[in-house]
Amino acid sequence: MAISNKLINSQTNKEKTGNDKTINNSKAVAIVGTDAVSEAMRQINPDVVAAYPITPQTAIVESFSQLVADGLVKTHMVTVESEHSAMSAAIGASAAGSRVMTCTSSQGLAYMWELLYIASGLRLPIVMPNVNRALSAPINIHCDHSDSMGARDAGWIQIFSENAQEAYDNTLQAIRIAENPDILLPVMVLLDGFIISHAIERVEIIDNDIVSKFVGDFNPPYSLLDSQNPVSVGTFDSLYGYFFEFKRQQEEAMLNAFKVIKDVGKEFGEISGRHYGLFESVGIEDAEFAIIATGSAAGTIRHLVEDMRSRGIPIGMIKLRVYRPFPAKELAEALSGLKAVAVFDRSDTFAGNMGGPIFIELRSSLYDLQQRPLAINYIYGLGGRDLSIELIEKALGELIDAARSGQVKQTVNYLGLRE
Amino acid sequence: MSWDIKGIQQWGWKKHPAGAVIKDPGNSRSFKTGGWRTFRPVRDEEKCSQCLICFVYCPDSAILIKNEKVVGIDYDFCKGCGICAAECPLDAIQMVDESKLNK
Ligand code: SF4
Ligand code: SF4
Repeated sequence: MAISNKLINSQTNKEKTGNDKTINNSKAVAIVGTDAVSEAMRQINPDVVAAYPITPQTAIVESFSQLVADGLVKTHMVTVESEHSAMSAAIGASAAGSRVMTCTSSQGLAYMWELLYIASGLRLPIVMPNVNRALSAPINIHCDHSDSMGARDAGWIQIFSENAQEAYDNTLQAIRIAENPDILLPVMVLLDGFIISHAIERVEIIDNDIVSKFVGDFNPPYSLLDSQNPVSVGTFDSLYGYFFEFKRQQEEAMLNAFKVIKDVGKEFGEISGRHYGLFESVGIEDAEFAIIATGSAAGTIRHLVEDMRSRGIPIGMIKLRVYRPFPAKELAEALSGLKAVAVFDRSDTFAGNMGGPIFIELRSSLYDLQQRPLAINYIYGLGGRDLSIELIEKALGELIDAARSGQVKQTVNYLGLRE
Repeated sequence: MSWDIKGIQQWGWKKHPAGAVIKDPGNSRSFKTGGWRTFRPVRDEEKCSQCLICFVYCPDSAILIKNEKVVGIDYDFCKGCGICAAECPLDAIQMVDESKLNK
């Protein structure tokens, strides 16, 4: 359902949760995560949306089509017959110079596979919320990160959200990041299936005109429809070839993204009071050991970490927000000198006891440090398995033991698995 | 738009336009694809009746025409598919192994 009616009855927000209490330009509403995303899409008002419904993303497509039908956006909505076609249509429309969005989940993302690489290879700034859901088999519609993690090398920027508010905020920022002339890469905004997508939360919706000003207009570097300046797109790279050079350019765009993501996060903070960086740290400065997590689990973990800190336990936490590009240098700086870190992964790599993808990359980031913390990995929540407070406490206990004894009992652990 | 691609084979990665976009489209004339050929169509002027069937069928527009007559084959673009030889009603075109020809 479109949420514009709810907005009319909502109260103007005067109390901000962010650190900037003077900002008063938003309305607080109680909505589910999918509506937070479609509300961001309404305000972005993309030229083209090509999408195909899949659980748990379906509600985004539903409420956005309602907005199109109600004439509340000027978007040309392409109702395609598959995700492969959704991304293909998005690529064509983006190359034509449009601001384009789509969204998907799980098998849908997997079905887009070959097109993901084409979108990034052609440097098309398509923005796609992906509602994280497990990949089959067995068929499972619940949350884990195996879908987007599978696409980690596809050349897309990937930004995780902790809650519905962040899903909204990240979707708005993704447009600015993707379309930055130094980047021009597609961006995935990630939100946990059901936990964020289908739970009602308090979300602050920023006023329309402020959002319009923030996202601005898309100035494409070229357009297939510009007959005065014709271009060829999607050409064949022949035997002599420049393929290697173009791949190096994509890596450069990712390197540029570190600064742009921080700049956009800062600018977004000025209009919303909510400031964003590559990751968020809690008490890392004086911590002896820390947890690294992402997505909705970070909320539960922060609650525990803050409670333990109030009891004098020297624990810290890093919530990884940006997974691609991976902020290896900044993370290593933040974690240098710590005794031990525990990395939470909501997907496995099936690499033979190497651990989850975040663990592998984080551990590699720490390699060059003179004083490396010990590293433990917890794979949790696959297929939507609940991550309870008790399970996190168990992991924290093991983390503290490792930090005290200087020894890791078991590097890769399955948290919440029935043994 | 005219795009200066002089020395492109030596260009460093920073110089190429992002996304492999070609800023000077319609340039396939300068991309000679005849090198893909393993068999070369050779036309026998004596046998040819100038029916132009080969010209109609050639998928690469490689049958050269002047004043409504076949005057030769453009080996810069002929890929040696052999369609012309197969369609010629008079067997006026033979496909010859490139490796056996002195180029
Ligand atoms: S061999 Fe094929 S490409 Fe070459 S002239 Fe004949 S029909 Fe054309
Ligand atoms: S098809 Fe044969 S006969 Fe006809 S023009 Fe071509 S070469 Fe000559």
